[in-house]
Amino acid sequence: MIEVFLEWRFLTIAPCDAAEPWQLGSQDAATPIMQGIIDLHHDIFFFLILIFVFVSRMLVRALWHFHEQKNPIPQRIVHGTTIEIIRTIFPSIIPMFIAIPSFALLYSMDEVVVDPAITIKAIGHQWYRSYEYSDYNSSDEQSLTFDSYTIPEDDPELGQSRLLEVDNRVVVPAKTHLRMIVTPADVPHSWAVPSSGVKCDAVPGRSNQTSILVQREGVYYGQCSEIRGTNHAFTIVVEAVPLKDYGSRVSNQFILQTN
Amino acid sequence: MAEIELKTAPADFRFPTTNQTRHCFTRYIEYHKCLNAKGEDAAECQKFARYYRSLCPVEWVERWNEQRENGTFPGPL
Ligand SMILES: [Cu+2]
Repeated sequence: MIEVFLEWRFLTIAPCDAAEPWQLGSQDAATPIMQGIIDLHHDIFFFLILIFVFVSRMLVRALWHFHEQKNPIPQRIVHGTTIEIIRTIFPSIIPMFIAIPSFALLYSMDEVVVDPAITIKAIGHQWYRSYEYSDYNSSDEQSLTFDSYTIPEDDPELGQSRLLEVDNRVVVPAKTHLRMIVTPADVPHSWAVPSSGVKCDAVPGRSNQTSILVQREGVYYGQCSEIRGTNHAFTIVVEAVPLKDYGSRVSNQFILQTN
Repeated sequence: MAEIELKTAPADFRFPTTNQTRHCFTRYIEYHKCLNAKGEDAAECQKFARYYRSLCPVEWVERWNEQRENGTFPGPL
């Protein structure tokens, strides 16, 4: 019994920032945006439960009291000023309480307040994704570019998540403002990492930007969120490393590529 | 290249939206306009080059470079 429990805990906790089996809630937030999304969800859920309880009570009460023998004649009230004022005011105040934090969050997601420190380009291809780190280039030809393929179903190593791990992860520094430029090379894609609260459409011929501030080091899993044929749920793995390690990780890869 | 400098194209108030296509294209044009005005090896133009390399997908830049060579580049140069 305890083994089954431990195994279940292990299996569900091991990937940390990936989807868990039978998961109902959000993944743990890694960025302030995702924290905002989770908080907004909880705020709205308060009103949802409030309305649900109130409406159910009225419904059940009406059904309970409407009885052929006990109450053969229904009440014939057609007007009541107090109740009409209440049922007009309250339903118009509640959406306001939902709309204000919702818009605040929406606009804060769009806002690029500070200059980003790094730009990473995520280029969607039909069955893989390529990433370009071009902040350090001195010519058009030279660029740190690599492809990121999902590890196929039949060869993940022990501990890797099935159809979720990739061969080359995107390495980003934690606690740094990042600009992601998202564009595809063929069909529409969508670059999504749930724990970062990011879902950015990649539209052919257009480049979209989204900013990320990863607050803790970790490995974050996501999938392409645009259905476009077989094996469409293409994996995205973001690895956030401390800023001091980022430089060496990137320059090592850069040296490997340019030599 | 052991130490890399964390620097990229700044946020530009002309392009505050999610759509950054024009941002990349404008920086590319600015670079080539700068070269035309100040000569092929003007040092002050290099910042525009860094900006457009940060913002534009490599594939786009390759295509534009080709178009410029063939004289079919669609933008104002
Ligand atoms: Cu895709």
